[in-house]
Amino acid sequence: MDIDWFQKIGNFGLTLLIVTVYGLFMGAFIERIIAKVQGRVGIPYTQPIINILQTLTRRTAISHGIMFYLGPVFRIAGGVGTLAFVPVIFGSETFSNFSGAGDLMLVIYFMFFGQLGMALGAGESGHPYAAIGIARGLSQMTAYEVPFALSVIAIVLQYDTLSITEIVAAQQGGWQHWTLFTNPIAVAAAMLAFLGMTGYSPFDIFLAPQEIPIGPPTEFHSAYLSLLQTNRALFGATKLVLFMNLFFGGATGWVELAIKTWAIYMVAIAVGVAFPRFRIDQSIRFFFKIPTLIGIASIVYVQMALVR
Amino acid sequence: MIKSLSTDATLANAGLSAEEQDLFSNARPTAYEPYSIKAVEDFANWCRANSLWILAFGTGCGAIELRPLMTARFDANRIGVAGRPTPRQASVFIIGGYSSVKTLKRIVRSYEQMQGPKFVIALGICPVNGGMYWDSYNTIKRLDQYIPVDLYITGCMPRPEVLVAGALELKKMIKEGRCDGANRYVENFDWYKANQKKVIKKWDMPDYNW
Repeated sequence: MDIDWFQKIGNFGLTLLIVTVYGLFMGAFIERIIAKVQGRVGIPYTQPIINILQTLTRRTAISHGIMFYLGPVFRIAGGVGTLAFVPVIFGSETFSNFSGAGDLMLVIYFMFFGQLGMALGAGESGHPYAAIGIARGLSQMTAYEVPFALSVIAIVLQYDTLSITEIVAAQQGGWQHWTLFTNPIAVAAAMLAFLGMTGYSPFDIFLAPQEIPIGPPTEFHSAYLSLLQTNRALFGATKLVLFMNLFFGGATGWVELAIKTWAIYMVAIAVGVAFPRFRIDQSIRFFFKIPTLIGIASIVYVQMALVR
Repeated sequence: MIKSLSTDATLANAGLSAEEQDLFSNARPTAYEPYSIKAVEDFANWCRANSLWILAFGTGCGAIELRPLMTARFDANRIGVAGRPTPRQASVFIIGGYSSVKTLKRIVRSYEQMQGPKFVIALGICPVNGGMYWDSYNTIKRLDQYIPVDLYITGCMPRPEVLVAGALELKKMIKEGRCDGANRYVENFDWYKANQKKVIKKWDMPDYNW
């Protein structure tokens, strides 16, 4: 093996660490913002890390079978795999990961790989609430996937490339070159899909702590749960980085990345604290109506106005 | 160090019907020793103390005092207390007041499904000596005869301030390594089971719900 590859893997490890820790702290920060809306102080900044250590140091754990073990492993493999092909900092050799031609397709595949693995794991736990949560989660995923895919197709047509790095490169040179301003229709469809992806209210029916005790992870505990919690932070941050790259001009430094990803996350939070929860049928109907139509409109717009 | 007092290796699960026998394990619970390095155990205890996950299972009238804990006035999230909807993930079980025999059955099942180390807070006077239900025909008097209790918060009804104080006290106890209720339950398993079976007449569940 080439020495270059070792260096790349090392760089990726560093990126993985930074993004995970960043995701954990941002999770706490966002929780505190939600708490402020509710008139509370909220959790300490280190609470997500302490929670992971707490579940990791539990003395007992039980298993429901091989898939039960593999569920969280697939989930975190989905998170790590997604990050592996997303360039985090534009123009940085160290933080561009394994980004290359066609990585956009791979990333979109990896984003859903974890959820399907989790579905198998939660299915083997045998808990009826886990099965209900999985059924709802996968249906909602299918629904928000449609506007997101349409939006991605639109920007692929617009920039004529499947490489995330090239899409970011095409948006450099000022805010007026961001996809947000060159193709606002595609960004609107993608941001509506993003509301479903983050799983905040009004699209949090698949977790629904009050009705089906937290859905898919009902039976996951101890070290299994610490894997899922780690992935939640890592995957959440990775999705934000991907959205920033595709629609908001990417980032050339960590400060720019922090500001942009936080602002993107705040869209979901602002909607989440203001609106009550949709039922699963309402949620699916919502995604198949307005966001899907906006997604189709974005492709039409790209074909008519931008592609020559 | 910690050993199970009983010698027979399996449980009878006599309360289960023939077709249910295969669905449940008949293995006895085993005790768990702390990490051999003291610094590691202290750090683990610090993490456990600062992340108390309460099982959202309201037993009795005291459960109504748990709700304000999470709201703006008391905000237990500040001190690392959070609700958890499933016993698998919870680490603290708050028995909210009196426990009828029917509820005790659910308490035992939920307690055994929690993963160790697990802590029990008994809220109100009723789990201490029966309180105003001291002569009730269907309410248990002393909770610690049925599951091990780490901390009592007495009163009728204790206010949420006392619950916050109790949570802080529990944190102190966990950090000092004094909360080993899960191991006490294993060591005195037969005694706890005998007590439980004495009051729960219709025992249609496995002997140990891991």
